[in-house]
Amino acid sequence: MLKTDPYTINIGPQHPSAHGGLRAETIMDGEDVQDVIVHLGYVHRSVEKIAESRTYAQFVPYASRLDYLASHLPTLGYVQAVEKLLGITVPERAEYIRVIVAELSRIASHLIFAGSLAIDLGATTGMIYCYRDRERIMDMFEMSSGQRLIASYMRIGGVSHDFPDSFYPAVKSFLGDLPKMISEYHGLLSGNEILQARCKGVGVLSADDAIAYGITGPNLRASGVAYDIRREDPYGIYDRFEFNVPTGHCGDSWDRYTVRIEEIEQSGRIIEQALRDMPAGDYLGKVPRIIKPPAGREVYHRIESAKGELGYHIVSNGTDKPHRVHVRAPSFVNMMALPLVSRGGKLQDIITNIATLDPVLGESDR
Amino acid sequence: MVLKTDAGSANLASDIEQLEKHNIIVTTLEKIWNWGRARSFWPLSYGCNCCPIEMMASGAARFDIARYGYEVFRASPRQADLLIVAGPITLKMAPVVKRIYEQMPSPKWVVAMGNCATSGGPFRDGYSILPGADALFKVDMYVPGCPPRPEALFHGLLELKKKVERGEY
Repeated sequence: MLKTDPYTINIGPQHPSAHGGLRAETIMDGEDVQDVIVHLGYVHRSVEKIAESRTYAQFVPYASRLDYLASHLPTLGYVQAVEKLLGITVPERAEYIRVIVAELSRIASHLIFAGSLAIDLGATTGMIYCYRDRERIMDMFEMSSGQRLIASYMRIGGVSHDFPDSFYPAVKSFLGDLPKMISEYHGLLSGNEILQARCKGVGVLSADDAIAYGITGPNLRASGVAYDIRREDPYGIYDRFEFNVPTGHCGDSWDRYTVRIEEIEQSGRIIEQALRDMPAGDYLGKVPRIIKPPAGREVYHRIESAKGELGYHIVSNGTDKPHRVHVRAPSFVNMMALPLVSRGGKLQDIITNIATLDPVLGESDR
Repeated sequence: MVLKTDAGSANLASDIEQLEKHNIIVTTLEKIWNWGRARSFWPLSYGCNCCPIEMMASGAARFDIARYGYEVFRASPRQADLLIVAGPITLKMAPVVKRIYEQMPSPKWVVAMGNCATSGGPFRDGYSILPGADALFKVDMYVPGCPPRPEALFHGLLELKKKVERGEY
């Protein structure tokens, strides 16, 4: 047996598949990965500290800049946490509007996942198709909130605007085309031999390991654990909708990919039901102009974001500014599994693993 | 062809006119190079937050940056001549960005995309953000927005194109 010395290869922070600012220090033996050390903090913008000098309402735009791929989901989590803190109820219509934009955000995030997985593995065409369909969602966000990507649409007590009339035909035609789009992705990506070879059996994360590491979201479901906060601990009005929780079989990169594609379908189902049942009424409830929760009150609220369990822990000190806002970022926790799933694999599998664990660095570094 | 010119440069303009009648264009090499440089920036695929998503959208379907000839996104700074600073520069990232900039061969240009790269943006009050990319190196074009739309990025790049054509860099 040839004796070789281990050596180090540095991936990132400036790397096309580093998803923003991830640095993975890789210790290699030949072409086999011995260990991966994940360095985070290249996008640390001190959001939690800034929150202490902003009023409760002023933090909403910062929340939407946490997970910019699905900007409605982190704002939804934040405003629901503040509503829980204050004991505010939200008008029925606003709840339905929130569900529709949140699920559209989830679809947009999963489309970016599929597109960036394709481009990380060298298939630029896959990315072009996913972005083409995502642009239609961006159009809808622009109609409803005025911003394409980072729409600070949620307000404490509701949403900032009602849907305009042009929104309904756009979302209906999008939902009508969804099955066609998904079959196109299956033909273009899932049926691709190279993508299968690079994903199947790569980065296997067993269910026990996933639970032990605190992995949540599609990554946990890909390992075969049917755990979805929308189902287990419904927030808002999610207990009224019928949807499946897709799970994988063995927790490899392929399962993480297929689970997300199936989630796009399920999100489409939820939007259809929400459009059907949406009542007329107010889109913004009655909220005091200055929000001052009583001192010492604290709350933890969690939602199922596109990446996993997104939680907000807010502590009040009686003023109009929070004493502490802590974000439980799913990407941060999910990234901790990267060394585990990469050990023993090849160098190129690290790229697949980063892409399929789907971190968003703005959220993980905060 | 022999030019019938007087001594000195008094009649240079009429000389050039005469040459153009014979399909000969007089120019400088610098002008030709700038003409080419302005029409084919090779941007570095660098970014660290929300703005790169709009940068990627500008490279994908619908917006299609290839219409302007700027689609050759390079992964290595040694092959790129345009650094689009998309996103905030954190204190941890600053030495990395500086090094990336220094690794790029001259002539090179910098576009500060978004409010974070322009001035620190909404995170300016934080303890871990530089107040804009111009704290590190010279910025040629600022594109405001949080994040800017792909159209705004194109506008910035086309303004930069005019600047490079004039040789102002």
